[in-house]
Amino acid sequence: MRFAPPPAFEGEAGYRLLPMRFRRLPWDENRVLVTSLSGDWILMSCADFARAVDKDLRRDEPLFADLQARHLIVADSATSTLAPLLSQYRTRKAYIEQGPKLHIFVVSLRCHHTCAYCQVSRQPLGQSQFDMSGEAAAYAVERLFEWPARELTVEFQGGEPLLHFERIKMLVKAIEIRNRHEDRNIRFVIASTLHDLTDDQLSFMRDHHFDLSTSLDGPEWLHNANRPRPEKDSYRRTLVGIERGRKVLGEHAVSALTTLTRRSLEAPLEIIDEYRKLGFHSISLRPLSPYGFARKTETRNGYPIGDFLRFYAVALDHLLSVNRAGYFMEETYGRMLLGQLLTPFSHGYVDLRSPTGAGLGAVVYDYDGTVYPSDEARMLASMGDRSFALGQVDQPVTTWLESPAMQRILAAGVAETLPTCADCAYVPLCGADPIDHLARQGDTIGHRPTSDFCRKQMGLFDLLLERWETGSGSDRQILESWAHRATRQEAQPEFEAA
Amino acid sequence: MHALDAKAFMGGWTGPTLVKVAGLSDFAEGQFPIERMVLDLRTRARQHASAALTALPWAGFLVDGPEQAPEGRPWVALPAQALTVEAGDAIEVRPQTNKVARRYRRSGNNNILFATERCNSFCVMCSQPPRDIQDDWRVQHLCDLVELIDRDTSALTITGGEPTLLGQGLRRLIEHCATHLPQTHIQVLSNGRNFGKGIPAATFAAPHPSLIWAVPLYADHYALHDYIVQSSGAFAETVRGLYALEEARQRIEIRVVLVKPVVGRLPELARFIYRNFPFVEHVALMGTEPTGFAKAHRDELWIDPTDMQESLTEAVDYLSARDLSVSLYNLPLCTLPKQLWPFAKRSISDWKQRYLPACEACEVRQQCGGLFAWVTPEWTSRSIHPIKGTHLCASH
Repeated sequence: MRFAPPPAFEGEAGYRLLPMRFRRLPWDENRVLVTSLSGDWILMSCADFARAVDKDLRRDEPLFADLQARHLIVADSATSTLAPLLSQYRTRKAYIEQGPKLHIFVVSLRCHHTCAYCQVSRQPLGQSQFDMSGEAAAYAVERLFEWPARELTVEFQGGEPLLHFERIKMLVKAIEIRNRHEDRNIRFVIASTLHDLTDDQLSFMRDHHFDLSTSLDGPEWLHNANRPRPEKDSYRRTLVGIERGRKVLGEHAVSALTTLTRRSLEAPLEIIDEYRKLGFHSISLRPLSPYGFARKTETRNGYPIGDFLRFYAVALDHLLSVNRAGYFMEETYGRMLLGQLLTPFSHGYVDLRSPTGAGLGAVVYDYDGTVYPSDEARMLASMGDRSFALGQVDQPVTTWLESPAMQRILAAGVAETLPTCADCAYVPLCGADPIDHLARQGDTIGHRPTSDFCRKQMGLFDLLLERWETGSGSDRQILESWAHRATRQEAQPEFEAA
Repeated sequence: MHALDAKAFMGGWTGPTLVKVAGLSDFAEGQFPIERMVLDLRTRARQHASAALTALPWAGFLVDGPEQAPEGRPWVALPAQALTVEAGDAIEVRPQTNKVARRYRRSGNNNILFATERCNSFCVMCSQPPRDIQDDWRVQHLCDLVELIDRDTSALTITGGEPTLLGQGLRRLIEHCATHLPQTHIQVLSNGRNFGKGIPAATFAAPHPSLIWAVPLYADHYALHDYIVQSSGAFAETVRGLYALEEARQRIEIRVVLVKPVVGRLPELARFIYRNFPFVEHVALMGTEPTGFAKAHRDELWIDPTDMQESLTEAVDYLSARDLSVSLYNLPLCTLPKQLWPFAKRSISDWKQRYLPACEACEVRQQCGGLFAWVTPEWTSRSIHPIKGTHLCASH
């Protein structure tokens, strides 16, 4: 019979390297992480890596097949194919298709809190000139449907959006009427303290399938210290709001976010245990952003990013032990990074994309009719730098996309082209944040070695990869379950809290 | 050829004729034209046939002997135990060779439409060795057969050879299935290579409401896959074919035959599938069928399922943890670790399935797919033994 042995199918001798990046493992300096163009990867010894790069690999060693399968080398390019690499790349970057899905409506800047870390520059209760006008709202609905995305998330923010609930009702009704012909899948979210939630508001939210996103900073002492109201009862009111929201909208409709102040960094276990006590299966541990009032109070509330990373490592270990004990709880940012590492899929998180999610993944319609590419851009504007305003809500979206602001964002918005990022092993899994870099470093491109954004990203990627690799089998399983859950909740945008 | 045939006695036929065997209920339901049915007059059929009934324009009669048939009408008689034919089955009567071939079994769990003997691969373990012959006539033949298949048949498999070599003929066949068998699940076994070579997958896109392409993939890199299918460049074509099918919004299953070199990189293949083809609906991991070319390559191909437990468990756990549905075919339960039992399917067609003497005392025999009828001792796992004192875990 005319059968040929395996060597007959090996193709021409030798192999070529495909684009790759590498990083020596901080926890084992004899090994490297090597990533492909599309973010597939492998861990191997430095010696093997050197042999691979020097074209010294033998055909019969498993590593030769491993590196082909992860699209790091190609043997006999006439017989092989790069189709999977291209497909992975398209899948990974799928978030750029269809345009912005997250649409943030700032219905009012008023708020009854006086949080020192407020990123938004809230206004006192009586000031109705800080409410979104009916005219601006009507234009914003027009604009919403000019975008091509089939799936839209409409998020109401403030200030405290409940203080201008009439506007929310008007917007929801206008959007739903328009959608009878548009037939998009629309999801409504409100980012609120949930304080003073009325029965009417709740039943309206139930009827229109709202999700609630609130802020809970941890146990009572910490929450009240971070989020002062004159009555000193923010924690109690938030708990009441969560409870009522769950009762009317369902257990899964209510999520909470934690903003970490310097005080919080000393209480990782207490914060997580508080969330567990309240029955949450998801927690978001967010460091302070350098915007709004947070900027002014930085010396009191702020901390170096290294302190955050040390906090996060302790928190992660505690979360793993909570999971090992049989209670599922994930950290949302870690889940998203693990999804990047451990799955081939795209993600819905707008702050970690390349090209950047600003203006391409999200749009903010501010109370005064100004439009911004991200929440951070609106916060910068409230601090006096309006250079990232895309335009006004009565202009068509094409005008916004052609604006100098958008050009400036895009020029620094592709991580693969930025200095230092271009050579980083994590870049296929990471994102560009030009507005954050402008806010922190005064420049949209920024300087990576001194960038807090970069340190946070690298620190978390390193930490999660290390725990995944060196942890017990059950720890690895837990981290993988976070990643797979991330991909199951199809491109769900992360919320910003009021 | 897959369909079974047998010598038979017959008379009155003018040429090869495809007919459905009619019981009285088939007659009463009136779904099939009388001219395309043979009336079953055999003693075992025990149906009372009046003169008025036999006078109808039947294509012929299925009888025990010629004396049962009405004078001057075509008849066919099958020797005892030659071939089981029952009401609802479709048979082909071939007077030149005095043979009857069974093309469809009403009670069968795995009816096939055999599309072509030609293939563009030449797999080392092929159970159905290809022949390079011109058999485009099968398209019309299969379309005729489709018209005689029960409307409520749950599933059919279009196989070969490589069905896409029929080109537009395959589309015609699928469209014919869509017209006559819209509720039947159609599975097409194809290596997908033609879709990677420029024949647009959209040629076949969605004319049938329930159709899935089952495409074999044997490795995470070209050299091993190309060796298994004995065809240089096949891996690249199949990979591109999978993407073409996905782009045409087709449903896809990936099939892996568990021969020794493939098992050697099975966990890596599972990872490759997840990372590169996460859109597939199902992954089938299948024990080797010891027939055809496989018999000639026993030393290169055979691995006792007992020795693949570790790789198999790792691959199944990996895929199922990632929401990729996975099944095990052709592997007896006693050769699998118990945690894999929920994934094992009774996959062997009933007419090729058998059990060994050791299976007599087994408590899970009812759940077990058994072995291929042509299994020999050298293709039999050392782990075959009766399972006792245990209960099948139905869920996982």
